[in-house]
Amino acid sequence: MIALLKRDLKLALRSGGGFGLSLAFFLIVVMFVPFGVGPNSATLALIAPGILWVGALLASLLSLDRVFQLDFEDGTLDLMATSPLPLEGVVAIKALTHWLTTGLPLSLAAPVLGALLSLPNDAFLWMFVSLLIGTPALSFLGAFGAAITVGLKRGGLLLSLLVLPLYIPSLIFGAQSVTLIMEGLDNATAFALSAAISLLSFAIVPFAAAYAIKVNIR
Amino acid sequence: MKVSVTNLSCRRGEIEVLAGVSFSLDTGHTLILRGPNGSGKSTLLRVLAGLAPATSGTLSVSPETIAYAGHLDGIKAQLTVSENLRFWASVFGTPDIDAATSAFDLANLLDRPAYSLSAGQKRRLGLARLLVADRPVWVLDEPTVSLDAQNVARFARLVQDHNAGGGSAIIATHIDLGLARAATLDITRFKATESGDGNPFLDEALS
Repeated sequence: MIALLKRDLKLALRSGGGFGLSLAFFLIVVMFVPFGVGPNSATLALIAPGILWVGALLASLLSLDRVFQLDFEDGTLDLMATSPLPLEGVVAIKALTHWLTTGLPLSLAAPVLGALLSLPNDAFLWMFVSLLIGTPALSFLGAFGAAITVGLKRGGLLLSLLVLPLYIPSLIFGAQSVTLIMEGLDNATAFALSAAISLLSFAIVPFAAAYAIKVNIR
Repeated sequence: MKVSVTNLSCRRGEIEVLAGVSFSLDTGHTLILRGPNGSGKSTLLRVLAGLAPATSGTLSVSPETIAYAGHLDGIKAQLTVSENLRFWASVFGTPDIDAATSAFDLANLLDRPAYSLSAGQKRRLGLARLLVADRPVWVLDEPTVSLDAQNVARFARLVQDHNAGGGSAIIATHIDLGLARAATLDITRFKATESGDGNPFLDEALS
């Protein structure tokens, strides 16, 4: 398991694909918003949590089809399915790697980019925390979509359509847990629900995705 | 390890390709599968390896005893040869890769990134995985593709060593490996005759 994690991180960093691409995409989306919306800081502050969350969501969607597709194409997935590694564990590690190379750097970058969107001072910490707790769900739910579409050529479109509805609760509660703080309200419910979605996805996705892969590699 | 297969049927997609496959393979022996392209060799091997379910019939070995090598070697181009091999070694819990590297003469390629390997060198790296997997039954799908004569001989010796050590092997191949303890099975006689199961489109397509 650890060997797989190490290998996948090495691959993500070496090919430069997944890692750099998502972060650069996030940066571009967020940097363009002030140009589109205008420099009025009150307006920007109002939409900042939503923009950062939507940006993070799209950025993590961008590298999803690589999660299993590359291993499927070069035969690695077949060999892993016949190896002592449980496929559920492989899925969990792959989703974790996806998060470490997209969700985690995005969470770290979000407060910095929040400054561009005139995010109020008291919201910086919560912006980081809500992404840190919410984005693992994006990687795990995304891994489920990737597992379903793994055998398909150009499955990217279907993958996005499958995954986007699953992302909506994370987006709502994640963005809410920052907006509520900005309005001076208690965000405990929104934040707890956001964390619950992540935990639920850890518990369910590895099993569902492993089953989907078993069907797809037949 | 003894392998026996009784009355096995398997399908590829929706089409039944093989039916009533039965054979038995003694410990330390090799079974060579023969048959023209598309006769179902790969499908049968995937069923044996546990990658696809059999539609009916029984097989005596569990997938945990089988090391499978298909057409694709599962090599990551961005990693070096030794990183590729070490990854599989740790997956299978084998402490070192020396036996595998020397068996396929990979020692001087260890630090090369895998994208710079030739097709034959990639295949050798793929087959070296069998040695780090250290499992009693080898299920191999055309293992000698893109190997030169010298390496085919090296591979044949390796299969013989594996047999001598009590391991079995089931190999689909079109060439003669010259193995001592090998039986040959022509799978064309197990070709499924019945076309489809009342599915009008399938029956039409096959008639």
